[in-house]
Amino acid sequence: MQKIKKSKSDYIMDTICITALVILFIITFYPFWYVFIASINDPMDTMRGGLTLFPRELNLSAYGIILKDKEFISSMGISVLRVIIGTPLSVLFTSMLAFVLSKKDLVAYGFWNKLFVFTMYFGGGIIPTYMVYKSLGMIDNFIVYIVPSVISVYYMILIKSYIASIPKELEESALIDGANDLIVFFKIIMPVSTPIIATIALFVAINHWNSFFDSYLYTSKQSLKTLQAVMMNILNQYQTSNMGDAASVAANAAKQRATSSDSIRMTATIVSTVPIIMVYPFVQKYFVSGIMMGAVKG
Amino acid sequence: MRVKINKNDSKPVRRESLKARLIKQKYLYIMLIPAIIWVLLMCYLPMFGLYMAFINYVPDGTPFFQSFFGSEFVGLRWIKYFIFESGDFYKVMRNTLATSLLTIIFSIPAPIIIALMLNEIRMKHFKKVVQTVSYLPYFISWVVVANIFVMMLSHEGVINGLLMKMHLIDEPIKFFQEGKYFWWIIAVANTWKGMGYNAIIYLSAIAGIDNAIYEAGMVDGANRFQQMIYITLPQLKDTIVIMLILAVGGILNAGFEQQLLLQNNQIMDYALVIDLYSYKFGIQESMYSYGAAVGLFKSAISFVLLVIVNNISKKFDSAHIM
Repeated sequence: MQKIKKSKSDYIMDTICITALVILFIITFYPFWYVFIASINDPMDTMRGGLTLFPRELNLSAYGIILKDKEFISSMGISVLRVIIGTPLSVLFTSMLAFVLSKKDLVAYGFWNKLFVFTMYFGGGIIPTYMVYKSLGMIDNFIVYIVPSVISVYYMILIKSYIASIPKELEESALIDGANDLIVFFKIIMPVSTPIIATIALFVAINHWNSFFDSYLYTSKQSLKTLQAVMMNILNQYQTSNMGDAASVAANAAKQRATSSDSIRMTATIVSTVPIIMVYPFVQKYFVSGIMMGAVKG
Repeated sequence: MRVKINKNDSKPVRRESLKARLIKQKYLYIMLIPAIIWVLLMCYLPMFGLYMAFINYVPDGTPFFQSFFGSEFVGLRWIKYFIFESGDFYKVMRNTLATSLLTIIFSIPAPIIIALMLNEIRMKHFKKVVQTVSYLPYFISWVVVANIFVMMLSHEGVINGLLMKMHLIDEPIKFFQEGKYFWWIIAVANTWKGMGYNAIIYLSAIAGIDNAIYEAGMVDGANRFQQMIYITLPQLKDTIVIMLILAVGGILNAGFEQQLLLQNNQIMDYALVIDLYSYKFGIQESMYSYGAAVGLFKSAISFVLLVIVNNISKKFDSAHIM
């Protein structure tokens, strides 16, 4: 709609909207800002509380501690490895399945389609899944990060609906030229589907980077823990140390002073969030179309 | 968009024999085989593993599925035990439903309001900045969110500091030591994480509204506020209804990671939602069969709810984007 002239009610409307959006900005942005200033403020000073808008005493020692910590660095390596290996495999297998299931004339199409879609409605749950992984030898094995998420039925449906929108002539002309379905998939469908594949790749990569529960549950070796799982440990230690009885609180207070866990936690939070913020501009470009395709799925 | 395919149209004019079609599709099947192996191992094997909910499974060193044969069959005893005898059923269901309902109450209206406000703003850069920042929580992990919430709500944290300064409270609130706050914390955290992102759905529904309706409204002398209330909002009705029924369908999914990260022993009575309960007994207490039975109880009800909800939402399918 085109505004012609601003009336009094328009001004009221603008004021209300802008105020509301500024509040929205503050509630989403401020927590990140707060974590950031807590991470660069002097640890002892942070413990005194009352930190609000700016750091009082600049001190980067927490970063030093974190970046020298062997456990932290190795977990970061595992997380990076998981993203680098997991993402391409997941994109490949998920889009391959999407391509096959985009063919409505596939023999037993209905059966295969239902076989996959049903898993979105029903699953075994945590305990049987754990038992199956255990009997497949996936516990304390790096593949437990890769194999369960190598196909995502939800993303498969998104890619499938994208492939369905590609003109059939493109594929038919290649088939006439003697290409088989494998060639059609790699040489035609994949390149043409770049927008959706890029979107899904980013989502998969972020999921890999963010997931902690699989690492927490399926691995016990410290060398296999992901960054988020290590951070969960730090958080748990903090929670239990703070919530105990008076005696243990006092005992922990002494320990806390040494490690200044607030600062360490906030620094770890920043370090683990930076990669997300770095890919954020790319995600933004694509994810609006991503969620809309999800909605179209219905 | 659900495209109805007329059955007569989709039938090929000339039916090839099954064998001929299979040969023609051999490369498709080669590509399908890895996915079939994956879905059987990763999805269906755990489903068969749910049989453990009906037996008294005790790990005896034999492979998982083999040990089923040696275990005593107890039928629905574990599920009956959960509902009638454990004494936890009321508590667990109360936590699950309370957390879900509070989450729905906050997280359904929030994105709608955000979308309506964003739609009214003409300042491009301001709009872009607000939108960009509001998506960010969606992309960070629950571990980070939990860290942020614990920090903000701590004894010396910003929230307590602010409330003290405004003289709303005399001493800091112990957010994570008194159970009564926990459901609210989870509901707020869920909403905070998803509201900016979910606003996209409504923004694109708004973008699809026919401009002629607004023009007609303006001719009738509706101001912008009236247009928002009497045109935009009613046009979003179908989308809102769909989001609402989907949320109700997932009512037993009260979260798991959130509670696992934010709970502690003092507030466990309020943090134990059904998934966390199943995990706690099934894994931490090694009561495998009991944990699996509780999990099965939840997934069975969820499945029924989802099927119902899906059928209802189809009725609203004529909406702009769905």
